[in-house]
Amino acid sequence: MSPAPGTCPMDPGQMESTLRQMAADLIAQVGPQEELVLLGIRSRGLPLAERLATLLRASTGAQVPVGSLDITLYRDDLTEMVGSPIVRPTEIPFSLKDRTVVLVDDVLYTGRTVRAALDALLDHGRPHRVMLVVMADRSGRELPIQADIAGVRVEVPKGHRVSVRMKELDGEDGVTVETC
Amino acid sequence: MTSERYVFPHKHLLGIEPLSPKDITALLDQAQAFEEVCERPSIKIVPALRKKLVVNLFFENSTRTRNSFEIAEKRLSAEIINFDADTSSLNKGETLIDTAMNLEAMHPDLIVMRHSAPGAHTLLSRHMKASIVNAGDGSHEHPTQALLDAYTLRKHFGRLEGLKVAIVGDIRNSRVVRSNLWLLTRMGARVTLVGPPTLVPQEMKATWPDIEICHDFDEVIPKQDAIMMLRAQFERGTGAYIPGQGEYSRFFQLNPARMKQAKKDVVVLHPGPINRGLEITSDVADGPNNLILQQVTNGVPVRMAVLYLLSNPHGEQVP
Repeated sequence: MSPAPGTCPMDPGQMESTLRQMAADLIAQVGPQEELVLLGIRSRGLPLAERLATLLRASTGAQVPVGSLDITLYRDDLTEMVGSPIVRPTEIPFSLKDRTVVLVDDVLYTGRTVRAALDALLDHGRPHRVMLVVMADRSGRELPIQADIAGVRVEVPKGHRVSVRMKELDGEDGVTVETC
Repeated sequence: MTSERYVFPHKHLLGIEPLSPKDITALLDQAQAFEEVCERPSIKIVPALRKKLVVNLFFENSTRTRNSFEIAEKRLSAEIINFDADTSSLNKGETLIDTAMNLEAMHPDLIVMRHSAPGAHTLLSRHMKASIVNAGDGSHEHPTQALLDAYTLRKHFGRLEGLKVAIVGDIRNSRVVRSNLWLLTRMGARVTLVGPPTLVPQEMKATWPDIEICHDFDEVIPKQDAIMMLRAQFERGTGAYIPGQGEYSRFFQLNPARMKQAKKDVVVLHPGPINRGLEITSDVADGPNNLILQQVTNGVPVRMAVLYLLSNPHGEQVP
């Protein structure tokens, strides 16, 4: 599909059912012996991870720990940036050793954020494996990285911005496409 | 937290004086993010200053400040050159500007400097492309010490506004006091300077009109949330202003008898190095109210925040 700018590949009502499907897919992909933890990439990965954790608890009864990751200090373009971006806290109050870490982000595009997130989380410990869950999977990868689970796939050329909106931060849910 | 679009507007950290409350809050908030790095159980290093060259230029002795900066630089993955005045051409008569121009030729990104002359950093900043961090200039400013003091207080109390802080001792010769006065008054804390009249210049009220000055430590103690003891700096001439060490201790030492007059939850700070038995007794310095070693610990994330925010120059910077 190739949505035109200004369209919504996902409207507010669809987000919750999509998340439920993503939680079900996650349960199906994880073995019974694996200990799950969710790490939300700031900013919008964090409320997504929290909602996924609530849904996982509702369907399995298991309390999955949720942490947050700020990848700013691991960006590959950090030393070339104009002005240092403000770093927000990374909160991982549990061990990652031998766990199955589920990285959660809003949009997967070039793959560079996920590359930085992998570096950041490996500095916190050595997990058993790492999975990637995103709300919107957009084409345009610059690194060999792919999502294990995606809520929606969006085909738009360069020069467009795909945004995930979360009611916790933006007032309402949804995925939108705009021209930059 | 500060919004993500905020960009630190300064190219150098020459002192606290040029900083706005927003800049100070940004530095303290960034330090909080770097404290997480320092407290990690695993790898305490981030690649934020990779490929950046930092020169530590110390014209005056310093152990803890320099070590703290060096640890901060290493935790940010910076390349580090240590340039000691003792081993440099300064002993052969080279001027500060010549030394700076020679360093500039090696293209450093940041220069952390301590110098005995107030304003040496401002002079250097006019001649160099690198960002200058003041690690102490004579009795003028020591901005990273004030930032780590504020960070320690904010972490303990959750705020700076309205805090009652007494700064006690050799106010006259202290750069720590000047930086702390800029910072604490700007953030809304209520500061009282305490010491003998010869060591607490009345003129300071002209620069900081909101502060109080009192020469009776016992009168001040019960009202304070925090007591910041200063080192009696006999090597910098404190001795010339007071009758003797015994008399100084009798009136201005923080000891168990005075602690009994203080609020139960008062906190005690000291920039170090402490003179045990002179301005503070060991049982207070090591007692339950002290935050002295926490100040040292907090120095590293605070300096990481300073180096990080200065490390990416941008267009519209002010000194």
